Amino acid sequence: MRMTGAKAIVEALHKEKVTTLFGIPGGVVIPLFDAIYGDKKLNLVVTKHEQGAIHAADGYARSCGKPGVCIVTSGPGATNIVTGLATAYMDSVPLVAITGQVPTAMIGNDAFQEADTTGITRPVTKHNFLIREPGELPLVLKKAFYLATTGRCGPVLVDVPKDMLTAQIEFDYPDKVSIPGYSIPEQGHARQIKKVMDAIKEAKKPLIYAGGGIITSNASDELKKFAKTTGIPVVLTLMGLGAFPASEPEFLGMLGMHGTKTANYATDRCDLLIALGSRFDDRVTGKLELFAPHAKFIHVDIDPASISKNVIIDIPIVGDAKQTLREMNKQAQKLAISDWLSEIARWKEEHPLTYSNDEVLRPQYVIDRLYEITKGDAIITTEVGQNQMWAAQFYKFNKPRRLITSGGLGTMGYGLPAAIGAQLANPDALVVDIAGDGSIQMNIQEMATIAQRALPIKVVILNNGYLGMVRQWQEYFFDRRYSATCLRRDKRCPDICCEPGPHCPPYVPDFVKLADAYGAVGIRIHKKADVDDALREAVTQDKTVLMDFLINPEENVTPMVPAGAPINKMISSKEDADAFLLA
Amino acid sequence: MEKEYTLAVTVENKSGVLAHIAGLFSGRGFNISELSVGETENPDYSRMTIVVKGDEKILDQVKKQLNKFIDVVKVIDLSGATAVHREIILIKVKAPAQKRQEVFQIAEIFKGKVVDLSHESLTLEVTGIADKIEALIKILQPYGILEMARTGRVSISRGAGKKGGTTNG
Ligand SMILES: Cc1ncc(C[n+]2csc(CCOP(=O)(O)OP(=O)(O)O)c2C)c(N)n1
Ligand SMILES: [Mg+2]
Repeated sequence: MRMTGAKAIVEALHKEKVTTLFGIPGGVVIPLFDAIYGDKKLNLVVTKHEQGAIHAADGYARSCGKPGVCIVTSGPGATNIVTGLATAYMDSVPLVAITGQVPTAMIGNDAFQEADTTGITRPVTKHNFLIREPGELPLVLKKAFYLATTGRCGPVLVDVPKDMLTAQIEFDYPDKVSIPGYSIPEQGHARQIKKVMDAIKEAKKPLIYAGGGIITSNASDELKKFAKTTGIPVVLTLMGLGAFPASEPEFLGMLGMHGTKTANYATDRCDLLIALGSRFDDRVTGKLELFAPHAKFIHVDIDPASISKNVIIDIPIVGDAKQTLREMNKQAQKLAISDWLSEIARWKEEHPLTYSNDEVLRPQYVIDRLYEITKGDAIITTEVGQNQMWAAQFYKFNKPRRLITSGGLGTMGYGLPAAIGAQLANPDALVVDIAGDGSIQMNIQEMATIAQRALPIKVVILNNGYLGMVRQWQEYFFDRRYSATCLRRDKRCPDICCEPGPHCPPYVPDFVKLADAYGAVGIRIHKKADVDDALREAVTQDKTVLMDFLINPEENVTPMVPAGAPINKMISSKEDADAFLLA
Repeated sequence: MEKEYTLAVTVENKSGVLAHIAGLFSGRGFNISELSVGETENPDYSRMTIVVKGDEKILDQVKKQLNKFIDVVKVIDLSGATAVHREIILIKVKAPAQKRQEVFQIAEIFKGKVVDLSHESLTLEVTGIADKIEALIKILQPYGILEMARTGRVSISRGAGKKGGTTNG
């Protein structure tokens, strides 16, 4: 069938069963938005900022597993999605971004709104394409979706010059593609699996360390079966939370910088570490040379380049986690590791995650209550900083795809637009953005998108008046010199100030008024006693609700592994930090 | 231990691929000491010969990261394997009449060719492995090297097969 390039893109989206996409138009992509106009099968969500569009596409993808799609214009439209591409790239999220480009004849001439988009985005995409012949469009789009959603998933960008959109082409959408330089590992090698099972049988202190790969490959059931059959305890990375139910006794919590003591001690003491879809990130390992010093390492990963990148692996398996675990499950048996399990049980008992249960309004309490009131069944998106870590520590994730957070890049401003995507992908779910007062302002404009779409998203701002995570580091390691982290600070403040108090200027903006301006319900919570009422009111309303919790300004996330320390060296106070610095 | 490794990398012959590979090396802090590119027996593919400095661990990452690129079709490690390596140098040295004979002799020893001649200088073309080229440069230094250009090595495995390859995946 003959049609314009723009129409061909729309047809390709239909073929890929895309139903929801995000974007903002501009000069060179008018023909594409024109082809989408009135299309009954495509729900186009126009955000207020391209960063909002790509994070929304990302939240959509993470929460349902289908690829997220966004369309933006050339130049500034394309540069505005770079952070979103990098965010998705670091966390292996399947996205297809279509960017407009100046007409072919003008490329390289510093034309109006020209940017070298493929050049700029190469290091933050799994792959990118610049269309040079309009006839390539169907094949390239097929390849883009294929690459984004297979192997180690990731964002793929297709840059389309304006003349490609208006040219007439023959639309012939391929069913299959083959790319010579690309192959997808499936089930791990049988011989390696055998070695793994032998090592597991011999181990006295085995530990499963699983990550986001379990969620991407939909392997949670297989993981559960494996842990339940063998009895091997499980620690999860931030990206892995929900991959194994937090309510199961085998679960020891998140490991790493803000992990539980039990998870970190177990990692430190284990004699066999079974890494499944996790990548030995520095926030997990702490001081690399001392990471799991007694352990033999097994690593199952779909990306060969992840294996032996940071830690030399004894038994590597390149393969899909789901298929590999299925095979492992066939050979799995109950292990006799009761000594190890009682050692762990003692840590669990001695070192639960805690916080002061006094009259002060503390963020951990807010999340505890949120967990209870939502019956643990909400989809939680987060911003970045302390809010993110408290969410990870205190909301117990029992199912995959319930925690939507920027782990690898740590992108402030991610949570609110990601919530839009998550809500659209899961219209019946309760979606909550757990936010910091700093981060939320990085994409607060998307409150308007939420209002226009009438999305009943709940925003929980843990308002400490600080860029709290950075302030925490300053408190611990920089003598409480709160340089650039106070969000109340105005021009009347003294140069040096580390005392939040009644003398501080009023908070700007007033989040409750802001909620009102965006047509949402705004609630400010000052007291611990009011937390339940506010949360109950929020979750029972079919409206967008923004809650501004005025939490203890100098609350810290503990335990904490200081940067560069081994993960069994955890601190929980300024005194600990001082002792650490002296040592 | 810091060493030099030679990789022959078959890539799709299209624009942007060279920039992509160069970006990988700078982005991940790998060191390229030589790089040459040209077409292969199949015009759809180009072959890059890349010489990387580093240790075994870095080499392992370089190979894996290269293999991960969609546009990279094959990576062959020619470091340990028996392989033929060649490089061309064009080197312009000061050679006034009274010195010219000496330089001619050096050229002959190195199986080089004189490709250009003027009153004050002459230009030699020499082919060989890196050691030979280094030796040539050292010997010519006292005469005064005016300008030189090196291709970087191209390498190929010995024998009939396409040995030592780690293909993508
Ligand atoms: C885009 C971006 N800029 C800067 C940072 C560095 N950073 C990490 S956490 C943080 C503070 C976040 O403050 P807030 O959103 O209020 O969260 P809190 O830690 O107070 O809960 C900053 C500035 C970042 N992660 N992302
Ligand atoms: Mg804050």
